[in-house]
Amino acid sequence: MRQEWTDFTGGIWEKEINVRDFIQKNYTPYEGDDSFLTDATEATKELWAQVMDLTKQEQEKGGVLDMDTKIISTITSHGPGYLNKDKEKIVGFQTDKPFKRSLQPYGGIRMAVKACEDNGYHVDPEIVEFFTKHRKTHNEGVFDAYTPEMRACRSSHIITGLPDAYGRGRIIGDYRRVALYGVDRLIEEKQHQKDTTRTIMYSDVTRQREELSEQIKALKELRELGNIYGCDISRPAQNVQEAIQWLYFGYLAAIKEQNGAAMSLGRTSTFVDIYAERDLKNGTFTEEQIQEFVDHFIMKLRLVKFARTPEYNALFSGDPTWVTESIGGMGIDGRPLVTKMSFRYLHTLQNLGTAPEPNLTVLWSTRLPESFKRFCAKTSIASSSIQYENDDLMRVTHGDDYAIACCVSSMRIGKEMQFFGARANLAKCLLYAINGGVDEVSKKQVGPEYRPITSEYLDYDEVMKKFHDMMKWLARVYVNTLNIIHYMHDKYCYERVQMALHDKKVTRWFATGIAGLSVVADSLSAIKYAKVKTVRDENGIVVDYEVEGDFPKYGNDDDRVDNIAYDIVHDFMSYVKGNHTYRGGIPTTSILTITSNVVYGKATGSTPDGRKAGEAFAPGANPMHRRDTKGAVASLSSVSKLPFKDAQDGISNTFSIIPGALGKDDAVFFGDIEFELEPDCACCEPNLGGEEE
Amino acid sequence: MKLFQEHSMMKSNQEVNQGYIHSTESFGTVDGPGIRFVVFFQGCPMRCQYCHNPDTWEMGKGRKMTVEEIMSAYEKNTTFYRNGGITATGGEPLMQLPFLTRLFKEAKSRGIHTCLDTSGIVYRKERAEEFAELFKYVDLVLLDIKHSLAQGHVKLTGQDQKPVIAFADALEAAGIPMVIRHVAVPGITDKEEELTALGHLIGKYKNLKGLDVLPYHTMGVKKYEALGLSYPLEGTNSMTKEDAKKAREIVIKALKEVR
Repeated sequence: MRQEWTDFTGGIWEKEINVRDFIQKNYTPYEGDDSFLTDATEATKELWAQVMDLTKQEQEKGGVLDMDTKIISTITSHGPGYLNKDKEKIVGFQTDKPFKRSLQPYGGIRMAVKACEDNGYHVDPEIVEFFTKHRKTHNEGVFDAYTPEMRACRSSHIITGLPDAYGRGRIIGDYRRVALYGVDRLIEEKQHQKDTTRTIMYSDVTRQREELSEQIKALKELRELGNIYGCDISRPAQNVQEAIQWLYFGYLAAIKEQNGAAMSLGRTSTFVDIYAERDLKNGTFTEEQIQEFVDHFIMKLRLVKFARTPEYNALFSGDPTWVTESIGGMGIDGRPLVTKMSFRYLHTLQNLGTAPEPNLTVLWSTRLPESFKRFCAKTSIASSSIQYENDDLMRVTHGDDYAIACCVSSMRIGKEMQFFGARANLAKCLLYAINGGVDEVSKKQVGPEYRPITSEYLDYDEVMKKFHDMMKWLARVYVNTLNIIHYMHDKYCYERVQMALHDKKVTRWFATGIAGLSVVADSLSAIKYAKVKTVRDENGIVVDYEVEGDFPKYGNDDDRVDNIAYDIVHDFMSYVKGNHTYRGGIPTTSILTITSNVVYGKATGSTPDGRKAGEAFAPGANPMHRRDTKGAVASLSSVSKLPFKDAQDGISNTFSIIPGALGKDDAVFFGDIEFELEPDCACCEPNLGGEEE
Repeated sequence: MKLFQEHSMMKSNQEVNQGYIHSTESFGTVDGPGIRFVVFFQGCPMRCQYCHNPDTWEMGKGRKMTVEEIMSAYEKNTTFYRNGGITATGGEPLMQLPFLTRLFKEAKSRGIHTCLDTSGIVYRKERAEEFAELFKYVDLVLLDIKHSLAQGHVKLTGQDQKPVIAFADALEAAGIPMVIRHVAVPGITDKEEELTALGHLIGKYKNLKGLDVLPYHTMGVKKYEALGLSYPLEGTNSMTKEDAKKAREIVIKALKEVR
């Protein structure tokens, strides 16, 4: 056994790249409470104060403090950058200093230029010329191949948010591999993979050989990135500080090369805990030191920054990086994957204060240790910053070593990746069905010229039939648009370091998405259960609707309309599946526009549910605003009826509630079962009884 | 008083298949342990000045629901209620005693935790048997003591306090756990004298399991406006959580004196 692995339990992970096996053989589940956690150190506080100061300066400057305009970002493009070299226990920035955004033109030079211009910077003209004349970008490739129909769909926003001018993201490298094996071993493995490709040079074999070569080059650069910061990451990490640092270098390499829509981290806490446990046992580090490493690591993740345009930020409602880290969950052998490190990661919300990034996501199972559940609840109450996802649901298909990319996309780490596909606007699709493919806003013929509905009142069966035809059309043009996008992204903006941290054989999820689900469900319900009158313009195009009478609304646990929502998801997914997908991608869909619902709504005319033109859609799979009137459980229940098997890329429900509605104070929230047995637990004061103090 | 008499006997001996329900809430977290399905009964004889649900006062209105309808709404989402159950509140659930009894009987037969949120004002010794039948199916009572002093009670609620005490006695005799709730209203039910009296009043009960002192809030004002009613506590400010906590401490201190 290698010296760095001393005291670890060996296994198949020594022979093959297999992080999960390493974790399973070596991790220590933790079922205790949070009392072992330690506060931020002085160094942490000082560094964080520095960050807060820089953040303030950035805000005062209008959102961007500094931008690179000359150096194209690669893994090794910049020298080292620090906040305070002497105090930082985990190091590394995207450029040579914190808060300086890197220049990444491979996704599209126009976007890169615009991101700079909008913030008052100017990209070096030579670089612009190079990427316009001599080196093609992903964006240019895509537009070379688009059909007029695809362009029309794009500009009328029936398909929107497509990653055709920016990085698609959503790929999670198994950054833990860098720590466990060291880069040299990973290069060896990739070399072996390259040496054992099929030998007849079909185009896919040629592509694979080229990609593996790129991956090997990226790994060599990754090793060099370590050297830049004075770390020899060619070998495995030998303690917890190195383990965190090594895996962070892997992640840092990825964000130096890719400005993806979501650059998620994976599921690292339990892996890192194995090193922490060993170090605690050997007296290498104290708990306080380990928490400090974690705090500094999380601090780095909070400082991930990309150059983006105001439009991009409008689409995503802010400047999100989606550094999602998945925490907890259950192992398939029944042991919880909760470790002390799961607590330490969440504890950063206390030590550094609350923050939206990294997107700390708890993989929730009813079987998680009670003390961890309580700690999560407590931290949620204090920080409002934890995302929860249903591990019991996802573990069935993805096993126990998957992670979340972006907000809900689950994938086995290092074994599965995703082609991110934005969304199709099904509300608009319904309007196209009614208007025979004419866009209700631009009045252009965008969809196929099917016969429009001419009656004054809408007939459910007629609308449904036409809606299905239109969904079939939309699914075809949508999937084909994505086929072009992913072909070009692989060709011109390949995620080489992330893919270097994947197996040779990778499962590719072909993600699509749905926007406006609740609008469509309520619209169809209104047509079926109330009377919906059309209001037409001078050319007979329906531009508005009048609803007469009441109708069941999605979000009230009413099967009449909830079944409609179910059918829409299932049917649209069936049509998606009917198309050829690039690179054998397995189609999946998501219902999760949790931020861009506003933008989608803006581009969509009035709908038969009474929603007026331009009004926002509900986010994700949420019921429409204020239409769920039976309380949270009924609302959640409607959402939970949606078929996960058809929407495996995720169903999101944005749920906000005033704290008072969750209980009278922090303690009541926990809803003890022994409520009636324990004196006075209706409030949090101990011991009402006479026999006690 | 008249209003109460008219309705309390209403349908007491006949088969009651339907109840008058104001509404249901699928996610109740403050009316009993766990997440609860909360049934708001329509109709209340009290006219508490601080009532925040004046829309549940009038009798004979609301939606008619059968036990089966309520139970099936509950059953649809049992996973959520694993550590919770059903809570009957209102309005005054005891105004529809036979229906309430049927509902809770059915719930208990399905192993569901039942909780009754009541003012106890409807209780009469003459109907002890009927109440005894209900008690068989009640796991927990949240008893709202509106005012601990007899005169104050009448002034605040328009009703006599005696039935409330009798009800608490009956609960104790039946061994049903009881949590006392008390809304602390500035200037009305937050005075030391009143709070101390409350402590003395409830301290002697062996079935006492908890005490909730709720700070008065003004969220009901809009409902009064919508109903065209004048708001009796116009000008009374909300109470802070901290003050409610202090009020609670006074009650507990008094309570320990008699325990």
